[in-house]
Amino acid sequence: MLTEPVTRTQITRGQRLWLYIVVALVMIFLVVPCLLVVPMSFSAGEYLEFPPKELSLRWYRAFLGSPEWLNALWVSVRVAVPTMIIATIIGTAAAWGLHRRTDIFATGVRGIFILPMLVPLILIAVGVFFVYAKVGLNGTIGGLILAHTMLALPFVLTAVGSGLSSFDMALHEASRSLGASELRAFLSVTLPQIRISVMSGAVFAFVTSFDEVVVALFVSSGENETLTRRMFANIRDQVDPTVAAISSLLVGMVIVGMIVFLFIGRDESQEH
Amino acid sequence: MNDIAISSSGKNGRLNADTLRRKEVMERFGATSLTFPGLFLIALVLLVPVLWLFWLSAYDAAGDLSWANYERMGKSIYVRTFTTTFRIAIIVTVCCAILGYPVAYLMSQAGRRLSLVILLSVLLPFWTSVLVRTYAWLVLLQRTGLINTWLQSWGIIDTPLALVHNEFGTIIGMIHVMLPFMILPLYASMKAVDPSLMLAASNCGATPTTAFWQIYFPQTVSGLSSGAGLIFVLCLGFFVTPVLLGGGRTYMWAMQIADNISLYGNWGAASALGVVLVIATAMVLLAVQFVLRRAGGSK
Repeated sequence: MLTEPVTRTQITRGQRLWLYIVVALVMIFLVVPCLLVVPMSFSAGEYLEFPPKELSLRWYRAFLGSPEWLNALWVSVRVAVPTMIIATIIGTAAAWGLHRRTDIFATGVRGIFILPMLVPLILIAVGVFFVYAKVGLNGTIGGLILAHTMLALPFVLTAVGSGLSSFDMALHEASRSLGASELRAFLSVTLPQIRISVMSGAVFAFVTSFDEVVVALFVSSGENETLTRRMFANIRDQVDPTVAAISSLLVGMVIVGMIVFLFIGRDESQEH
Repeated sequence: MNDIAISSSGKNGRLNADTLRRKEVMERFGATSLTFPGLFLIALVLLVPVLWLFWLSAYDAAGDLSWANYERMGKSIYVRTFTTTFRIAIIVTVCCAILGYPVAYLMSQAGRRLSLVILLSVLLPFWTSVLVRTYAWLVLLQRTGLINTWLQSWGIIDTPLALVHNEFGTIIGMIHVMLPFMILPLYASMKAVDPSLMLAASNCGATPTTAFWQIYFPQTVSGLSSGAGLIFVLCLGFFVTPVLLGGGRTYMWAMQIADNISLYGNWGAASALGVVLVIATAMVLLAVQFVLRRAGGSK
């Protein structure tokens, strides 16, 4: 709860009540849509209803029994896992390189690495589609991995960079002066110290790829259609309850991920 | 490094200085080269495609160098898209600021447990797929959706309201997507405010309103402007939610780019729209930088 007001410049009790009401409403606005799809996905009806009159796993069965949906999920996984691995390696290397150089060069390079976040996604999608058409990469898993890795780089760089900023460089220098090579010192001394940041960078990279819609809409097709692309087409053309089942699974994944993160965070704070 | 330490005590001091310098240059180059794979990837999949598009925008359908693609921007259909996009971007940004400010404020002032609950309710949608959230709003707002059903059963309305497949639905969905982008930077800037400043203001006789506007608010401008800038930029190029919740009636910039490619195959027009979009985005980001610098400089 709010701490008692120390001075007259802090808000009074009555005003605090208003604050609580407004914030509660905004929180309902934020959370309810995410959670409401879960009960609705268990409906037995032809259409989505809340509360569902009869419960069933019908739409989950529709998802798990459909080769097309499962193939789309499999494509997304086959894109997101390599994206995560490549983006984490390239991004960590870049973050480490930039950390060791703090001059105007590093500032410029950092600016280029942030570009995938700043350039409008629709433009990246159209541009990549255009270039891929020339080299025959449209509709391929490899092409999608390439584009998604590029999109994930700024997230990995930021996550690892923030881990490095609190890392004591003297540890690295010490291991170097004890005779370890640069690579060995990094792998056996530096990397274990920043592993949480690297792991969160990897999670960011996975989610970036798994959730990405716009580039996938242009670049993936046919056999190599991602889950998000298929969901997008389904939502646009008809409100299919199968999407509710998939959405619930995705929301469930996020909630599990948040719980895991909370526990890791607690362990971390206990360590210090 | 240890071999240098041993041999530098020897007689060839000069030689060792050279070795040392060479080693330092090598190490610097080594650090630099670690960024090359990433830079190469960004050049390959971002810079080349986007610059190629820009190049295309300078040619007309016949393949001659011309301004035709940009002259077309004056046409009423394009002007209408621009006004719709900017209007929606402004509404969404302002709504996010108004809704986000109290949430971030309470989160920064409340005790551990309450602020964790608020943080989680901001992070849950933040981490949930945009598609899932857009779908949820579609289900909630549609003619037979939850909101219309409830409003009718309570007797507030007789006929279902048109809440989705129009600008209203688009704006609701976009606010839901963008709100965390406002709350998180605002929270960070509010956490950094020194509470003793408010105490000082009160001791100097400021009323709560004066203290808020003259002491508290200016210190949160950095979070407010970076959140607003990010949201505005994202709104200008937003694609998924307007397509699904706008129902084709709310026509935004990104949709026009996409349709020029997939429906009309008009690369020149799409590219010209893209160039203007990038310029608008860059201008918003520069404006945010300007505000941030001024906010930082006034301290």
